Amino acid sequence: MTTLSFTPNLRRHVETPAARVEGATVRQVLEGYFQANPQVRGYVLDDQGAVRRHVAIFLNQELIRDRTELSDPVAEGDDIFVVQALSGG
Amino acid sequence: MSNRLLVGTRKGLFRIERDASGGWGMAQSWFLGDPVSMLLPEPDSQRLHAALDLGHFGVKMQRSEDGGATWSEAPVPSFPPKPDGLEDKDPMRGIDIPWSTQLIWALEAGGPGELWCGVIPGGLFHSSDGGENWSLVRALWDDPRRQKWMGGGYDFAGIHSILVDPRDFRHVTVGVSVGGIWTTPDAGAHWELIGAGLRNAYMPPELVHDPLVQDAHRVVHCPARPERLWMQHHNGIFRSDDGGSNWQELNDVAPSSFGFAVAVHPSNPDTAWFVPATRDEKRFPVNARLVVTRTRDGGQHFDVLHQGLPEEPAYDLVYRHALDVASDGDRLAFGSTTGSLWVSEDQGDCWQTVSKHLPPVLCVRFEG
Repeated sequence: MTTLSFTPNLRRHVETPAARVEGATVRQVLEGYFQANPQVRGYVLDDQGAVRRHVAIFLNQELIRDRTELSDPVAEGDDIFVVQALSGG
Repeated sequence: MSNRLLVGTRKGLFRIERDASGGWGMAQSWFLGDPVSMLLPEPDSQRLHAALDLGHFGVKMQRSEDGGATWSEAPVPSFPPKPDGLEDKDPMRGIDIPWSTQLIWALEAGGPGELWCGVIPGGLFHSSDGGENWSLVRALWDDPRRQKWMGGGYDFAGIHSILVDPRDFRHVTVGVSVGGIWTTPDAGAHWELIGAGLRNAYMPPELVHDPLVQDAHRVVHCPARPERLWMQHHNGIFRSDDGGSNWQELNDVAPSSFGFAVAVHPSNPDTAWFVPATRDEKRFPVNARLVVTRTRDGGQHFDVLHQGLPEEPAYDLVYRHALDVASDGDRLAFGSTTGSLWVSEDQGDCWQTVSKHLPPVLCVRFEG
């Protein structure tokens, strides 16, 4: 199980409770989460399923490498944290 | 007669109302802090739509069924999966066109339950169930000429104007920046690129009259005579009397024929309004004097209207969706990049300042 949590900045728009999710890759973990929380998908991924340009995903405090396919492998006990990369004004 | 208007801004959505004494003031606000790129009060309905541009977290749609008392998130027009190996690049910069909605730039009602939505990077979407489900209009998106569309002020091309023929909801005409005027007779199944007589002076000489490279800033039609179109083009002001097939350029419009916004009287096709600016890239009022121009004779003559507009130097730019005329044809409103908002109740002869302190105004629409 991987622990998935989100920046508190998202709570203004959509509920994003932290969760423990099964999966062997970042994609699988996120898809598992979106099954229970479908409204969150569009805030994190774009229409093609890639990470939104101004969203960052950390796996155990390191930015993931594959922002398109989300193929970075995850292991039991890993932490995934979704944040926004600051932009705008 | 409409006593209310909605104002979408860089930092939220506002409702402005007229009081009994004729003053217009702020009545309500929603989505404070979030850019509202487009809005639509559906005709003869309590239903409102607002398109939010959340930056980090993408484009969102909000919908109210009760005139704004409550809102809920609604489905966003989204692109289908991009086929593997398909090359789809912006011709100007050679970078991949994202198959992902980046900005909602046009939203119009069609027939009962029907909505049309134009977006950056150039997709047109259709819904036949009030926005519960959206589908990309493939015949336009898959047209090979679409790959020659270029971004104007944005990175990628976008559809900013959608004209639904009130006599035949299947007849739809769209304006693209930068990609010309396109029309469909059959609700999007087939498309024709139109626009003879348009002229884009900044293109290479042999392309100046090519309909595909025309930089329409905004296109509107007269609901009572839908074949009459008015266009604020990058190059100037154009009028069409045949649904956009042929255009006539109106020259020597003082103080400038450059601008973004245009509105047409709902029942008098010869009356239209513009907000001129200094061309090309400067984009502030000519001599820092904010005015509205109006024609009442199909463009033979233009009045320069300024009563009630700032006497002091002004540097407001009025974006393409930030000027609207109410259904009575008398009331007008426009908002600017400085967060100022003005209303007229007499076709622009006199203006009332509603606010000088809103966030930059992106779109303005009368309700009712």
